[in-house]
Amino acid sequence: MTGPAAIGAGEGGEAAALSLEGVTKRYGALLANDHVALEVAAGQVHAIVGENGAGKSTLLQIVYGTVAADAGRLRVRGRDLDLARHSPATAIAAGLGMVHQHFMLVPTLRVVENVVLGREPRRRGRLDLDAAAAEIAALGERHGLRVDPWRRVEQLTVGEQQRVELIKILWRGAQTLLLDEPTAVLAPTEVGDLFAVLRSLAAAGKSVVLVSHKLDEVTAIADAVTVMRHGRVVARLAAGTSSAEIASAMVGTDAASQLTAAAPGARPATASRQAAAVLAARDLVVPRDGGGRGVDGVSFELRPGEVLGVAGVQGNGQSELALALAGLLPVRSGRVLLDGIDVTAAPTGERLARGLGQVPEDRLLRGLVPAFDLAENALLGRQPEFTARGLLARGRIARHAAELIAASDVRPPDPSLPAASLSGGNQQKLVVGRELSRPGLRALVCAEPTRGVDVAAAAGIHRRLRQAADSGVALLIISTDLAELRRLADRIAVMYRGRFAAVLEAAQASDRALGQWMTGATA
Amino acid sequence: MELLGLAFALQVLRISVPYALAAMGGTLSERSGVVNLALEGMLLGGAFSATVGSFYGGAAAGVVAGAFGGLLVAALYAWVVLRFGADQIVAGVAINLLALGATRYLLKLIFDSASSSPSVPGFDGAGWAGLFIALTALCVVAIHGWLMLTPGGLRLRAVGDQPAAAHSLGVDVLAVRWRAVLAAGVLAGLGGAWLALDNHGFVDRMSGGRGYIAIAAMIFGRWQPLTATAACLLFGLADALQLNLQTTTTLLPREWVQMLPYVLTMVALVGVAGRSRPPAALGTPFGR
Repeated sequence: MTGPAAIGAGEGGEAAALSLEGVTKRYGALLANDHVALEVAAGQVHAIVGENGAGKSTLLQIVYGTVAADAGRLRVRGRDLDLARHSPATAIAAGLGMVHQHFMLVPTLRVVENVVLGREPRRRGRLDLDAAAAEIAALGERHGLRVDPWRRVEQLTVGEQQRVELIKILWRGAQTLLLDEPTAVLAPTEVGDLFAVLRSLAAAGKSVVLVSHKLDEVTAIADAVTVMRHGRVVARLAAGTSSAEIASAMVGTDAASQLTAAAPGARPATASRQAAAVLAARDLVVPRDGGGRGVDGVSFELRPGEVLGVAGVQGNGQSELALALAGLLPVRSGRVLLDGIDVTAAPTGERLARGLGQVPEDRLLRGLVPAFDLAENALLGRQPEFTARGLLARGRIARHAAELIAASDVRPPDPSLPAASLSGGNQQKLVVGRELSRPGLRALVCAEPTRGVDVAAAAGIHRRLRQAADSGVALLIISTDLAELRRLADRIAVMYRGRFAAVLEAAQASDRALGQWMTGATA
Repeated sequence: MELLGLAFALQVLRISVPYALAAMGGTLSERSGVVNLALEGMLLGGAFSATVGSFYGGAAAGVVAGAFGGLLVAALYAWVVLRFGADQIVAGVAINLLALGATRYLLKLIFDSASSSPSVPGFDGAGWAGLFIALTALCVVAIHGWLMLTPGGLRLRAVGDQPAAAHSLGVDVLAVRWRAVLAAGVLAGLGGAWLALDNHGFVDRMSGGRGYIAIAAMIFGRWQPLTATAACLLFGLADALQLNLQTTTTLLPREWVQMLPYVLTMVALVGVAGRSRPPAALGTPFGR
């Protein structure tokens, strides 16, 4: 497991683990990175934060050589690297390792095969996996990265797969680890484990560069924080900086004050508990893909203007619940009622016509057609309204799209752009805006409304959801972000193994209490 | 004719050789993520080149020329789909049509015939044919071992399943795919050489869909060299049975008997294809 990387400059020297100067990258008219400078000290955890589209991921990819920079200088532990000829291979040789946001693993291969790929140990021309497996076990022991080297990657949980990614780069002798949104895919409990690992690595003299937009996490782990906005570095902050200060640097003071104003429980209780339920489920049972029950007997009633949050660790039936309510998964037993009418067997189109909106969990899979332009995406699910004599009514579509884009603050505000060209935050604003503009909207099932969305866009989406609730729309919000649920919901249901383990008043739902219900500790 | 005798077994082997060689090429190519319908064209190009080689230089030169002809067709295919990212299904079919037209044109040009070449030296004694069959078997085992036990095999499998992951670890995805497709060309070209030399000459449309049957066998064999070869032997058996039944049975019309291998192909694909899992990145261009 020693390689050229391990023989480099001695440790503890004054040379920075990584330093960048004047790094610039242009995509057409967009300056993704504008003369970025960055210095990462050895043995430190360095966070790069910024909104979506601020250029953080681009910067990381330039350092790792998967994106070619237009200009700039890169030094790794005192050695200059030629950015013009930089590639993952030269990055690895210089002691860099990267964990991509979407894991770079071959699911059909074993853990050990994934680790050695590209640098295979061989004996008499054949692969020698036994020695590598022993080294993987030793690495796991040292840094708390336990995983069975002989299992196939497709059988591992997301948290375990991330450990394989870390082992993969450590085994190659990486001294500096680049992590792109490492917590986006993890459950809250797994985040703690990951941070413990990163601390252990930093203590062993490795440097960690992580990109994130979750401020509370950044303040919990980082020794230094670099803030980026519109491709430029706008602030360099030390450990101990508060989330509010980082937020103001990230988005500018206006948005930051809006963020802090959105205090938990600030929502006035407008829900009229006397009114009849708009959306209700009775003993709903939904099969899980691959056998068993995804939803195992869930009942709830939502009145006009009421907001019910659904918390839980991913994979406890939230996805199945949202799909079943929308009519996208068949129900095994139980009933779904919309305005008192049984729609359990009704197709999705009929539910939409009766005033049910849905913001799907995965906007690129079910929320948008990425290749369609914004105007076309703005009328998805509402085609009949925009038809005249069997043809699409172009004029009305264009007016509707312009209104929606303005109301939802979608940027850039150009209806002819393909949805795929927008940042995640702007795509989500379009989806939420479209669903909320549905005429006759009575209830909205909203899954992960702000996943992978930057702070400013999230604040905008939250504001619009709250306005909808105030105007009498019933909201079911499924989210793994507890702060989001506390901010929006009247009540929070905790989903555990397909059931509502508890339903708490949002004002009384502490992180600790929710966490215990989420992990079944109180069951 | 005695159905289960030694002669029949040899006939099965003889028929299976081009299937097996083409299926090995297909396995290498598809495990690296490149669909290979062009196997049919590589077989045909190999058969024609082998005929020309044998005409001018004898059987051994024919074998070498066959491999070279397959390589040439494969290089054209790889250039189109790897360099330019063309749709692999469409490009494969186009290559097959091109091979059909080109061999017919060259047949006229070189041998001045619209249908077949003159007789050329082929596998005369049992020795040559036996050696070729033995080498084919060795080749199957070697490819299986290489794919499963060597670093190169690991890289090829990784490239076919998650090219982005392999690329991020410094593996040159396009280079791996180029080599896999070229190797497929050599193997299918050798299969074509066998066809031509076993027949002592080239006949228009000589490959006769064998490339497609090899693909079916490869899928039937779940993209594994050993099981794919077993599937080839099964198709060879069906073929041999068909040939013998044609002349011996009066129970069924001849045309029905001739359908046997093709019906078997369909049954195999319907029964197995749904359940076996192709390489995840099959047919997806990388880069560019």
